[in-house]
Amino acid sequence: MKPADTLLTPRPARERVRDASARSAVTVAGLIGLVALAGVAVFLGVEGWPGLTARTGLPLQAANFWALAWPLAFGSFWAAVLGLGLAVPVAIGVALAQTWYVPRWAGRFLGATFDILAAIPSVVYGLWGLMIIAPRLAPVYAWLGAHLSWCPLFAGPPSASGRTILTAALVLAVMVLPVMAALCREVFAQTPRTTVEAALALGATRWEVIRLAVWPTGKAGVVSGAMLGFGRAVGETMVTAMVISPAPFLVGFGLINSTNPNTIAAFIAQTFPESHGVEVATLLALGLVLFVITFVVNVVARRIVRATGGRV
Amino acid sequence: MTFELALRAPELTGAGHGRDDTANHRLAVVGLTASYGRSPAITEVSLSLESRSVTAFIGPSGCGKSTLLRTFNRLHEVTPGARVTGAVRLDGIDLYDPRVDPVTVRRRIGMVFQRPNPFPTLSIRDNVLAGIRLQYRRLRPSGADELVEAMLTAVGLWDEVKDCLGRPGISLSGGQQQRLCIARVIAVAPDVILMDEPCSSLDPVSTAAIEELMVNLGRDYTVVVVTHNLQQAARVSRKTAFFTVAGAGEPGRLVEYGDTAGLFSAPSKAQTADYLAGRFG
Repeated sequence: MKPADTLLTPRPARERVRDASARSAVTVAGLIGLVALAGVAVFLGVEGWPGLTARTGLPLQAANFWALAWPLAFGSFWAAVLGLGLAVPVAIGVALAQTWYVPRWAGRFLGATFDILAAIPSVVYGLWGLMIIAPRLAPVYAWLGAHLSWCPLFAGPPSASGRTILTAALVLAVMVLPVMAALCREVFAQTPRTTVEAALALGATRWEVIRLAVWPTGKAGVVSGAMLGFGRAVGETMVTAMVISPAPFLVGFGLINSTNPNTIAAFIAQTFPESHGVEVATLLALGLVLFVITFVVNVVARRIVRATGGRV
Repeated sequence: MTFELALRAPELTGAGHGRDDTANHRLAVVGLTASYGRSPAITEVSLSLESRSVTAFIGPSGCGKSTLLRTFNRLHEVTPGARVTGAVRLDGIDLYDPRVDPVTVRRRIGMVFQRPNPFPTLSIRDNVLAGIRLQYRRLRPSGADELVEAMLTAVGLWDEVKDCLGRPGISLSGGQQQRLCIARVIAVAPDVILMDEPCSSLDPVSTAAIEELMVNLGRDYTVVVVTHNLQQAARVSRKTAFFTVAGAGEPGRLVEYGDTAGLFSAPSKAQTADYLAGRFG
């Protein structure tokens, strides 16, 4: 065959079909994701609408939807933020240790151990928090209440049972740690070798290599990991439902006293079994609020990463 | 990135360049073998580098010349499983003495890499100052500006970048980035500058600029250049070392080391003559 002929000959049909089917498969997968997301939002909006506008028949005899939703939204957000605040530094530390400090075999062992944490069901975490962690933290809270009560975060009286939002946040932190540590580990391991060598050759110590080369390139991945963790923590039901003994309509930052805000997810789980009519619609509307919180936090975090560019 | 920038040290007055111009730093290699795992990449090298001059390392791929260069600033050992035996002496002190900290070695022996590698998140200015800040050397605020200008002028980059010092270093062209990397190295006034094929990813114009820079640096610094470009070695170096390797899996060896002019015009070993004539490698 002459070269000119090969230019005009169509590629084999099988090859074209394979290419086209791969393209449509990927497109469909993407669309399914979008449709599912939109579907959930529409369902929650439509079914929850009566609850959003209702004046009577709301759970806890709330005056209106927002009187009920605001404290719960606050509780969800506050518990997730506390959990992340505890988990993010540990996740970064563990990931740095695995990639830059300990020998390779030890890093792998550490990684496998953390991955096991991810396989534990959340109800087990809830039990662990309720029966093991809370009683052991009660004396700590008593001490904090005695010595740091001038700080609003540690305002008393300290919970005698240890079942506080801080205990719940601690359990949440352990729960979200594995996925965050794994993501951080991946991004830290992918630091360009050329940048690492540039830092080393200038006489950087290991810590300085991390500050100059590893952190700037891995930062965006750490934020992604934190967002995954936030998503899991803000929607976590069992841990908060089991650990926290909530006070209705409470909005407060106190970490150690026994009056704690409830979270949306826990409230839905606790209230749903005995709900009818408007009450069910209210719970669905609360779900929509949770959905919006997660969405907004994600968008804001991504904006921050983009705006700060290289610097932190 | 936050480094403190405080008072200056006396040596950073004037042009902001703290190099002791009377020093002649000699690097001597004695019976050096560098390996990855069990297989040596280069073996039994002994040579002495002249101070204040450019020395070129040439030879076919796999002859271990880059590995040898990386033993001079103890960067070789960063690779897992890498080992070094023998000695590299800077002014008589063995860099592999157990009391010697590799970080200190790297602060006195700078390196320019094959691919330009400015810190991607730092500005042009901060790239120049990165080494100084790592070493916690103190600069008065205007000292930093003076140093940045002096170093960028020295590498012929000042006029091109003086109005955009805040832009990221990686926004520059490849040749400019490489000159920025050289500015970053000379800003800490090292005793020795190592260059690992510094022009291999650059276009001819940028290459010419870097070569001119090498010649200039050779007046003040002990410079070692690994290059695949024989003409480049002939143009910039006073002395040349030729390395070769018998085959894959074999360690590289030093064949011949001498004045560049002599080595290129009348090599004393047949292997050198064959390589220079393009008969292998």
